[in-house]
Amino acid sequence: MSSFWHWYIIVLTLGNIAACYWLIRWTAKPRPGEASATETTGHVWDGDLSEYNQPMPRWWLWLFYITIVFGLIYLVLYPGLGRFDGVLNWSQYSAYQQEVKQMHERTASLYESYAAKPVPVLANDPEAMDTGRRLFANNCSVCHGSDGRGAKGFPNLADASWQYGGEPETLKQTITNGRNGVMPALGASLGQSKLEAVAAYVYSLNGRNAPQELVDRGKDVFMTQCVACHGADAKGNPQIGALNLTDDTWRYGGSLETIKETILNGRNGQMPAQKELLTPEQIHVLAAYVYQLSGQAGQRSASSE
Amino acid sequence: MDATPAYNDKVVRQFALATVIWGIVGMAVGVFIAAQLLWPALNFDVPWLTFSRLRPLHTNAVIFAFGGSALIGTSYYVVQRTCGTRLLSDKLTAFTFWGWQVVIVAAAITLPLGITQSKEYAELEWPIDILITLVWVSYAVVFFGTIMKRREKHIYVANWFYGAFIITIALLHVVNNLAIPVSLTKSYPVYSGAVDAMVQWWYGHNAVGFFLTAGFLGMMYYFVPKQAGRPIYSYRLSVVHFWALISVYMWAGPHHLHWTSLPEWVQSLGMVFSLILLAPSWGGMINGIMTLSGAWHKLRDDPIIRFLIVSLSFYGMSTFEGPMMSIKTVNALSHYTDWTIGHVHSGALGWVAFITIGSMYALIPKLWGREQMYSVKAIGAHFWVATIGVVLYIASMWIAGVMQGLMWRATNPDGTLTYSFVQSLQATYPYYAVRMFGGFLFLAGMLIMAWNVWMTIRPQERVATESAPEATA
Repeated sequence: MSSFWHWYIIVLTLGNIAACYWLIRWTAKPRPGEASATETTGHVWDGDLSEYNQPMPRWWLWLFYITIVFGLIYLVLYPGLGRFDGVLNWSQYSAYQQEVKQMHERTASLYESYAAKPVPVLANDPEAMDTGRRLFANNCSVCHGSDGRGAKGFPNLADASWQYGGEPETLKQTITNGRNGVMPALGASLGQSKLEAVAAYVYSLNGRNAPQELVDRGKDVFMTQCVACHGADAKGNPQIGALNLTDDTWRYGGSLETIKETILNGRNGQMPAQKELLTPEQIHVLAAYVYQLSGQAGQRSASSE
Repeated sequence: MDATPAYNDKVVRQFALATVIWGIVGMAVGVFIAAQLLWPALNFDVPWLTFSRLRPLHTNAVIFAFGGSALIGTSYYVVQRTCGTRLLSDKLTAFTFWGWQVVIVAAAITLPLGITQSKEYAELEWPIDILITLVWVSYAVVFFGTIMKRREKHIYVANWFYGAFIITIALLHVVNNLAIPVSLTKSYPVYSGAVDAMVQWWYGHNAVGFFLTAGFLGMMYYFVPKQAGRPIYSYRLSVVHFWALISVYMWAGPHHLHWTSLPEWVQSLGMVFSLILLAPSWGGMINGIMTLSGAWHKLRDDPIIRFLIVSLSFYGMSTFEGPMMSIKTVNALSHYTDWTIGHVHSGALGWVAFITIGSMYALIPKLWGREQMYSVKAIGAHFWVATIGVVLYIASMWIAGVMQGLMWRATNPDGTLTYSFVQSLQATYPYYAVRMFGGFLFLAGMLIMAWNVWMTIRPQERVATESAPEATA
């Protein structure tokens, strides 16, 4: 803020407050020759409209003064007058950081005890999983659903199918740094005929019937255009997030129309990185929660109960 | 009154009827969207009936169609009586009525179609904005032109408030709606980011301050002393609260943007001036209510006075609540909750609608040359139905709002949030039901009014003794 605007704000602010004060004092003063409180001012409008000139109620004047004094004190203590930060040096950013810090301090020992246990063990700790469920509800459920079963474009985390892998370290990696699963748009380079063929081939990979002629042609296209990411057996590649196309689990839908749409326009799946929002310990708990959600800890917890 | 001037009351009659009709339409839409919050299936999967499109239709209809018609109509009535002269130009006056109705109809068509600037209370797109500007400038010319040719030496206090309302709304409307059109139905504001947000809420809060407050205070300053048959309580109080109100309101907008990326100094100034606004606001309430001193029995005998005085009580309540909610600590709890909705309706139903209803009951018989409304009993019934409606509405939204605020900030020992958003929504359902019922009662009151107005003005009982205003015109 330049010096001009700094002083502009100060002058305008204090000027308006001072004007309010002056207005009260100036108006409250009795004038020589004015009507007494029980007489009207002498003006009449529309036949019978007139005005008394009662003094302003004292309690009301005090209310006015008190708000003015409060306002001035506030502007000394807090930011308000241009560049002046206020003598308390308070800001909403520091207040926020303070609150976050306090919360972390309060919960530090709890999360340290969680972090000490490896993910498969933690996944069988009911108390930790309560925390995990709440962390999931607060941070993940908007996309993945409160039951973790996902939605179109958002993976189901409660099944055994993985795009990048379901091992503890991979889960942590996914949550911490996020993922970006890109399926390029191939419509323009394939053309309509090849698009129909390769879609039919992908459709047939899940044991569904498609015209054999299309499937045969589609396989040829697949082996040149798709094989690099999805592999010759179409079982995908978790290293780059290429999906398994043979397991009848679909990210965007498995109907012939949707498969064509995916190939035609491509897909761009974004899992946002959580490292700025969550601590490593919280991510550890969340990884354990997703681990047990996908049934990987299920055997043990079922037998222990 | 010596040498009765021939007043232009035709336009006042038109605006009075528009007030009643648009009031019913706007409030019916409000009740409908309140029901949608309870039963979301009520949008019937039709895009034009979704909450997101009908909500701006509701706000525009009640503020600009109902409130606007009431303000322009009464200001035409009041400025003629208190200046002792006819409105400046019949042609221009007729243009303000029909122009305003075209604006309303255009809003009722474009908003359900989803054509919007996405600025709250300024949703209408640029062609309609230009029409509003033309109508408003014409209105200003008629109003101030009438003041300039007045036959009274002093300008009556009601006209100060109407005048401030007219000038400020012109300024707010033009500045906030500056936009670059890209097609007939789409434009982009010239502002961006935090500046855009600040301009929007400078507009938004002053729409409350000057449309919903100053304008209706003008109405109050005529109809309260007129109906009570008593002089205004204090001239010097009206001077102080007028100047303090209009200068301080201008600063209050930033309290809509607490705890956002708006620079902190702006937030602080918004809060400080919102607090200083308490006394100037109450000045109007005191002046209105104390005008009744010496005639308190009228509160029992005259249901119109009851509407007028209770409206001032609601005005006092919501102008206390407003400064309180502008305190950053309180705002951290109340913001984004239904408390805000409750606060707005305590002002909009309790103050704006009540003062309008009371004034219309006083005005309509005079405009049609009748002794009084067809049924005074029905006015009493309207009063009670409406009062119960408002109280149910605002009490349920208070409770719901505070509950939501507390649920959203509740945390577990592990630092996680105790409740998901959906849980807070689920907990709000019973209060949504009460709110809808309260709104329904208020609407029912308006239907009683419509019946009463019709029975009062229906042509067959036309009394010939009063000089019919057209005859003298």
